[in-house]
Amino acid sequence: MIPPPFEYLSPNQVSEAISLLQKHGEEAKILAGGHSLIPAMKLRFAMPEYLIDISGIDGLEYIHEEDGQLKIGAMTRESSLEESNLIKDNYPLLLDTVKMIADPQVRNMATVGGNLAHGDPANDHPATMIALRASVAVEGPNGRREIGIDDFFPDFFTTALEDNEILTEIRIPASQPGSGGAYQKIERKVGDYAAAAVACQLSLEADGKIQQIGIGLTNVGPVPIRSVGAEGNLRGKTPDDSLIQESGRLAAEECNPVDDLRGSADYKRDLVNELTQRAIKISIERAERG
Amino acid sequence: MSKHTVTIEINGSSITREVDSRLLLVHFLREELEMTGTHIGCDTSHCGACTVLMDGRSVKSCTLFTLQADGKSLKTIEGMETGGKLHALQEGFHEEHGLQCGFCTPGMIMRAAELLEKNPNPSEEEIRWGISGNLCRCTGYVNIIKAVQYAAEKIQKEAA
Repeated sequence: MIPPPFEYLSPNQVSEAISLLQKHGEEAKILAGGHSLIPAMKLRFAMPEYLIDISGIDGLEYIHEEDGQLKIGAMTRESSLEESNLIKDNYPLLLDTVKMIADPQVRNMATVGGNLAHGDPANDHPATMIALRASVAVEGPNGRREIGIDDFFPDFFTTALEDNEILTEIRIPASQPGSGGAYQKIERKVGDYAAAAVACQLSLEADGKIQQIGIGLTNVGPVPIRSVGAEGNLRGKTPDDSLIQESGRLAAEECNPVDDLRGSADYKRDLVNELTQRAIKISIERAERG
Repeated sequence: MSKHTVTIEINGSSITREVDSRLLLVHFLREELEMTGTHIGCDTSHCGACTVLMDGRSVKSCTLFTLQADGKSLKTIEGMETGGKLHALQEGFHEEHGLQCGFCTPGMIMRAAELLEKNPNPSEEEIRWGISGNLCRCTGYVNIIKAVQYAAEKIQKEAA
């Protein structure tokens, strides 16, 4: 399959990319790793007249902690996240998630920013970023602004990015001692989207009570979902089996899956229930270890 | 449609060509350069038959515009043997019967090349996850894994 023709633009600066977006408006798309966009172009789901390749812009690939935050440059490849010692040592939820994204070759091209900016509720990072209470930095003609992750996915395949804005950085509260997280995903085969997946991030008080908790759900609704019920059920409490079961049940109630080739809506609700419980239990084990 | 000049190092030789913006890297290799060792299987970034190394990283050339490889260094299956001597991975696939129809083999070898570069002594599970982006319809993967293990052993022995 050959993609439709387009004009290729390769700016060297974010400001130049923004000017190009202003000039071409809706006719232009940003090309990051291209592993969602190029397949979509082959199938004519996307037919941009202009592709703005931002891989030539220096300074958008990094993973570091600064001012109490983990900062990830938008063009950071998934494989860089997977290989990062900082991520391996301190961000188990991110490590779990990245290992379940597509396959090794795709992860060598695919970017963290692209995974979010694509706005696909089947992608894995959105639910993980919800659990981590991340925010994204975006840049446009009027400068920079920060968008909380809960405001970033207003609708199906829609993000809070304006046509002339570029996502430049992902910001995550830095990992604290006594915190842990996990991503639990059921896929039919490697590289497939989730039938359902659940991201959990939590921190424990010295007495074992859950202090903070975030739970995000992948591909069980038109947008990635925060399970407010499952979170609230555990916050401030000492977790036990019956509380964790109740959180699973609440997450299943809050999701909104549809029947498709990955399973019936009922099956996916059952998955969310079970995967939520598993993700919480693993997160607690990891938090207790340090 | 826009035309652009690209310069790409392929298996050690620098190649400059004018290409259409929409030309996929795998078509550039196979049709413009007549290097048909890199295969097109699914054309949807699932099967891995089109895998090549770009700056040492394995990528699926069916899901890359040629322009995205501008200024980069590529290695394809044609670049694996040196001086008439097969690469350890090629030898492994031969010795361990790691192929039947052979269609997936170039992609398997290029993917395994990056895997062994990063992890010279992988476990069977690490090999299975490592080649999880490559599909084989014939072998059931058992002999492919043996072939990668053969190569890992040989490379380590030679380095010792």
